[in-house]
Amino acid sequence: MGNKQTIFTAQQLDAYQDCTFFTRKEILRLFHRYRDLAPHLVPLSYKDNPDVTIPYELIGSMPELKDNPFRQRIAEVFSEDNEGNMTLDDFLDMFSVLSEMAPRDLKACYAFKIYDFNNDNFICKSDLEKTLLKLTRNELTPEEVNLVCEKVLDESDLDNDGKLSLEDFQHMIIQAPDFLSTFHIRI
Amino acid sequence: MVNTNKTKKNNREDLEKIGIQIDADETTDTAEEEDDDNEEEDIKQPAKIRKKQNNRKSSKPSDEDEDNSDEDTKLKARNNRRRLPVQNGIRKNKNDKDDESDEEKSTDTAKNSRTKARNKDNGKGEESDDNSELEGENKKTRKNPVHNNNRNNRNNANKRQKDEDNKKVKQANSRGNRKGEKDNGKDKKKKGKSSSSSSSSSDSEDTLSEGELAKVLEEVEEKKMLIAAIRTKAWRMKRKLTTLKESQEFVEKFEGALGKGKGRKFYAYKVMMMKKWIKFKRDFENFKTSCIPWEMKIKEIESHFGSSVASYFIFLRWLYGINLVLFSLTFGLVVIPEVLMGLPYGSIPRKTVPRKEQPTAMDFSVLWEFGGYIKYSALFYGYYNNERMIGVFKYRLPLSYFMVGVGSFGYSLMVVIRTMARNARENGIDGDDGDFNFSWKMFTSWDYLIGNPETADNKFASITTSFKESIVDEEESQKDENIHLRRFLIVLANFLIFCCLAGSGYLIFYVVKKSQTYSTLEELTWYQKNEIDIVMALLGMFVPPLFETIAGLENYHPRIALKWQLWRMFALFLGNLYTFLLALIDQVNAQLAEEESIKNKTLAMVNSFNFTNSTSESIPAIDPADFPRGPCWETGVGLEFTKLTVSDILVTYGSILVGDFLRALFVRFINYCWCWDLEYGFPSYTEFDISGNVLGLIFNQGMIWMGTFYSPGLIGINILRLLTSMYFQCWAVMCCNVPQSRVFKASGSNNFYMSLLLLILFLSLLPVIYTIMTFTPSFDCGPFSGKTKMFEVIMETIQNDFPAFIGKLFSYASNPGLILPGILLMVLAIYYLNATSKTYETANLELKRKMQMLRDEQKNRRNNKYTVNPMLQDLEDLLPNNANVNKPESNQIVIGKQPNEATRANGKHGKEMTLAPPPPRMVVTKPPNPRQVSHIPGQPRSGTPGSGPRRPSPGQSRH
Repeated sequence: MGNKQTIFTAQQLDAYQDCTFFTRKEILRLFHRYRDLAPHLVPLSYKDNPDVTIPYELIGSMPELKDNPFRQRIAEVFSEDNEGNMTLDDFLDMFSVLSEMAPRDLKACYAFKIYDFNNDNFICKSDLEKTLLKLTRNELTPEEVNLVCEKVLDESDLDNDGKLSLEDFQHMIIQAPDFLSTFHIRI
Repeated sequence: MVNTNKTKKNNREDLEKIGIQIDADETTDTAEEEDDDNEEEDIKQPAKIRKKQNNRKSSKPSDEDEDNSDEDTKLKARNNRRRLPVQNGIRKNKNDKDDESDEEKSTDTAKNSRTKARNKDNGKGEESDDNSELEGENKKTRKNPVHNNNRNNRNNANKRQKDEDNKKVKQANSRGNRKGEKDNGKDKKKKGKSSSSSSSSSDSEDTLSEGELAKVLEEVEEKKMLIAAIRTKAWRMKRKLTTLKESQEFVEKFEGALGKGKGRKFYAYKVMMMKKWIKFKRDFENFKTSCIPWEMKIKEIESHFGSSVASYFIFLRWLYGINLVLFSLTFGLVVIPEVLMGLPYGSIPRKTVPRKEQPTAMDFSVLWEFGGYIKYSALFYGYYNNERMIGVFKYRLPLSYFMVGVGSFGYSLMVVIRTMARNARENGIDGDDGDFNFSWKMFTSWDYLIGNPETADNKFASITTSFKESIVDEEESQKDENIHLRRFLIVLANFLIFCCLAGSGYLIFYVVKKSQTYSTLEELTWYQKNEIDIVMALLGMFVPPLFETIAGLENYHPRIALKWQLWRMFALFLGNLYTFLLALIDQVNAQLAEEESIKNKTLAMVNSFNFTNSTSESIPAIDPADFPRGPCWETGVGLEFTKLTVSDILVTYGSILVGDFLRALFVRFINYCWCWDLEYGFPSYTEFDISGNVLGLIFNQGMIWMGTFYSPGLIGINILRLLTSMYFQCWAVMCCNVPQSRVFKASGSNNFYMSLLLLILFLSLLPVIYTIMTFTPSFDCGPFSGKTKMFEVIMETIQNDFPAFIGKLFSYASNPGLILPGILLMVLAIYYLNATSKTYETANLELKRKMQMLRDEQKNRRNNKYTVNPMLQDLEDLLPNNANVNKPESNQIVIGKQPNEATRANGKHGKEMTLAPPPPRMVVTKPPNPRQVSHIPGQPRSGTPGSGPRRPSPGQSRH
């Protein structure tokens, strides 16, 4: 425990531990991962809160994300500018939500945001289509896509407004057996 | 800037007027006003400002407005009311600061405040709207301080509101709060008006009244809860950090103010201890997570193979943890005390290698079979002495041996059941019914852990197939082309598999029986010695693939097929294990008979010794190695299990080396000079067989549980095995396996494996308990020698070491008259709980059905709303088709004139309905449907009804 680190102040580390699901060591590791993405951009000390963002191109090339069909959405949802450019805070936030410790509700909330492509607070049919196309790499015929989307709406749309609200989504996802195990990135 | 200067000037003047009354804080206030964007202000005097904010925040805007305007008029008057202008100045100052922070925020969000406002929940949207407005109006507001004040106040109130929403404080609570604060505000106003020179009530904590105290206490508790739960909020990190800081400072400031007199000190102490405790907990947490091994390795595998393969390794790690605990129990309480405090090697017969075996006792071939020195070491049951207490500490070794044996079972049971319960809880309501089939496929099928292109490709492919499968299932539910053939095949497959199982069981029985005849032979070949292990290993290797081949006949869905396969393998292993056990028990019985004779012989010999040497008082000097001794069946059993475990390890590792590594090498390098593509063609690389591996682990663990009572060293071997297999299999997986083409759910089967483990645990518990309860322990080896039953060690301890009444109690408790009612009670309890759970289940189902009905009803209503219009459209479309009409207008006139004509009447009906609002008028809209069809000539009958269902669904029509 005694190893000194000069990146954060003790208060900063404590605050980060309060705000994320990470331990001290993991936060430091995440910082190093973050810094490794752009060593020339990120300073080695965060004591004075430098205003650094890493562009999406670098975030999306992380091995944890680069094969994920939703990587762009993830980055957009978690970044403060909604374009995928991330500060360290956003970065920590992202992996905190995606960590194993995060509760189901929090995960469901962010999953909803990720699948809500057009940011209208509803997962509507176009969002579903986009999700499906990303999941199957355009290998389904339009009819099949249509059918699946309708089935999804049919199953989960409790209030019958033709789109999934956050409540619908949560209701559906809370019973899903492997949502917790798959919606998580170990870092 | 001009404006600020002006206010500054005002303040200066005020200050000069007040002179002494200004305290240090206020001077800093005014001084800092000069540099507007000075953030440190916040740090220098956060508490005070925040307190004031709090006071103002929740007071109603109207109140506040009044207040401010009041004050402002006074400001304009700028006269002998000395205190007030200063206060106002401070306020304004603060407002400026608020502005700044808002500005800061809004510049952050300015770029896309629009989208964000839409994005976020209402409260936040409001806020950012407010922010952007604020930014726009900033300059204006500077000019008009009153407005600014109001604006800010509203903003604050907004914020407050939002905070409240977020914190989910009880309404009553917050109402109370607000009321209190309103009062507070009024108070202040009064004070302001009367220009009392005393500091305002909020300035010092000493003057807190009871109500305020309670309020603050509440707020502190609230903030504490917020701090504890902040990580679960779906906020941006920046917001989280600022909220955290604010609440922490708030708590810090006001925690000390709570409680009075003695209570205060105690409270402070409590708070301090609380802080320490939290810190300790966090450090401990940190320490704990840093102790979890192989995190990175598993992560790497996860990213390559997805969560299902990784779940095997997590399971392995979990088992390793359990075994570590068992290991420390066994070694710490049994093996090490015996080695340190017990009699040394060679002191008594049971601790010495017999003379006959001594020449070969150090040979590797003997040691490899756990013979020689290893057999007569603390790793096996026979080595332990039956002395009640050993060493200077009077350590009761036999008791400890017994308790550890039973305790490790208890611990394993507890851990397994607890894990199962946790899994079940985490998985929540197991929605196994296909309510959300497509939704789950859509939203949870992607494994976010995957970080390897090849795996990702496989995953994409498997998701696509699974979608296609479900679509096909949906389109034509269950087409059974030849049900008889299928049934016949299923029966045939099951018959074949049953034959395999029976055959393998018989083979093992035969081999074990045969090996018992070997004991009469002098010279044993290597094969003869290891026949049982070899046969079992071979069966374990070749029968499962055979099952898989046979299962191809059944043509089940792969997931169901996997379950079947697992159960069959389970049955195979279990059958083998139990045949082995039965044969072993036979052997034990034989040994027990043999022992009896040896025992008599030894006794006679000892007696004769005593008899002959009774005259000379010297102790009989007979070498322990020459002492005749029984076969010691316990060591024999332990030995069998140890050998079995070791051979299992070797077979597993060997099959990985040959089946995976060599095959991978072959495929990789021979591929250059081969006539077809080996990598994608026939042999290809192996996939990691999760189910087989997990089953292997489970059975290995079962053997450990069974064997560890008779061979305490076995658990050490198992620890080594798990440790090496972690590294070895990690390496093998990464270097010579390919990701599965069919990816199965990982977590769904989690509890399935756990229940297998539990079953195995129970089944391995049975024989051990059976032997403990029925067999007589060997007379000359082990900690229980000399007793008729092993569990007598407990009676002995109770009689000798406990007060008499406990012994009495125990004898009462062990009375069948008490035990039987106890069992009866348990059965009744189980029955009752079962019945209750069934009731809940039915209630659940009922509720579900009700919900479904409600949904359907709603859907119907909505659908009707939509189908009304299309139906009308149909009607309108139909009208021109009526052959007689070319001009609809004239038609309408005709309708008006001749309402009797049926078709026209119908048409009229339709027209009326278009005019009428479409809402759910099922009763009205339905009837015309058939009538109209039947009355229109030349219109195909199926036209209208068919078009109804074919209408686009509401979801589609929306977009």
